[in-house]
Amino acid sequence: MTTPFNSLPVTRRLILKGTGTIALAGLGMISFRPVAALAAANDKYPDDAFKQKDGNEAIKLLYGRTAEPSDKIKLDAPEIAENGAVVSVSVSTALADVTTISFVVPENPNPLAAYYRIPPGTMPNVANRLKMAKTSNVIVIVEAGGKLYSAAREVKVTIGGCGG
Amino acid sequence: MASSIRVRAIANGETTDVQTLIQHPMDSGFVKDDKGEFIPAHFIQELTFEHDGKKVFVADWGTAVSKDPYVKFSFKGGNKGDDLKVSWIDNKGESDTATVKIQ
Repeated sequence: MTTPFNSLPVTRRLILKGTGTIALAGLGMISFRPVAALAAANDKYPDDAFKQKDGNEAIKLLYGRTAEPSDKIKLDAPEIAENGAVVSVSVSTALADVTTISFVVPENPNPLAAYYRIPPGTMPNVANRLKMAKTSNVIVIVEAGGKLYSAAREVKVTIGGCGG
Repeated sequence: MASSIRVRAIANGETTDVQTLIQHPMDSGFVKDDKGEFIPAHFIQELTFEHDGKKVFVADWGTAVSKDPYVKFSFKGGNKGDDLKVSWIDNKGESDTATVKIQ
């Protein structure tokens, strides 16, 4: 006898709860999406780009466009690397408003090697050591003022850095 | 365990030069061991430097960064005696953190 009276408020509450969640979700879609997208572009580890097997595809995944060559980028890499497991590569640039710098080795199994985020106040200079499977270009991509620039240099590798 | 992170941060006028060496195998997953089996990928994915509560440098790494990675960069605004916090996390979820004073 009491069941209808007891069950009614419960269902009503459930329905209210349900609509509340939907309303919140709806709000979330509108207000949080642009923020989430921005955060993804700025903060998230770009897993897909690192897994790409093609250098150009990796750049496209990372930046959504292609880079134009620039003579304002200074890329230092050895002409000949005896040991492909440790190749010292450094870059500096006179370009203003640099936000990211990345290194791509097209002949590697996964060409994207490193992606550096440069906040305002940090100098657009990076030095690091990369592995190279065989003789290949080393490409550096500099994102500056919302545009993409690149520089490349060939490194001849006598012993590959992939153990093979 | 001793820290895997070795950092030297030197204030040099307006900028602070930061050099870092980290002990890490950086296994790419493409190398075979003595038995001919692939050594699973094990590499640092993200390395972050923080000064005064602000990220000054973030490195996202793939498998092509050399074993025991080295990285060098410079930033403006650091002073002698300031803390610089360095932390990394790898693809297995392992991590390490170190805080050093700017010299």
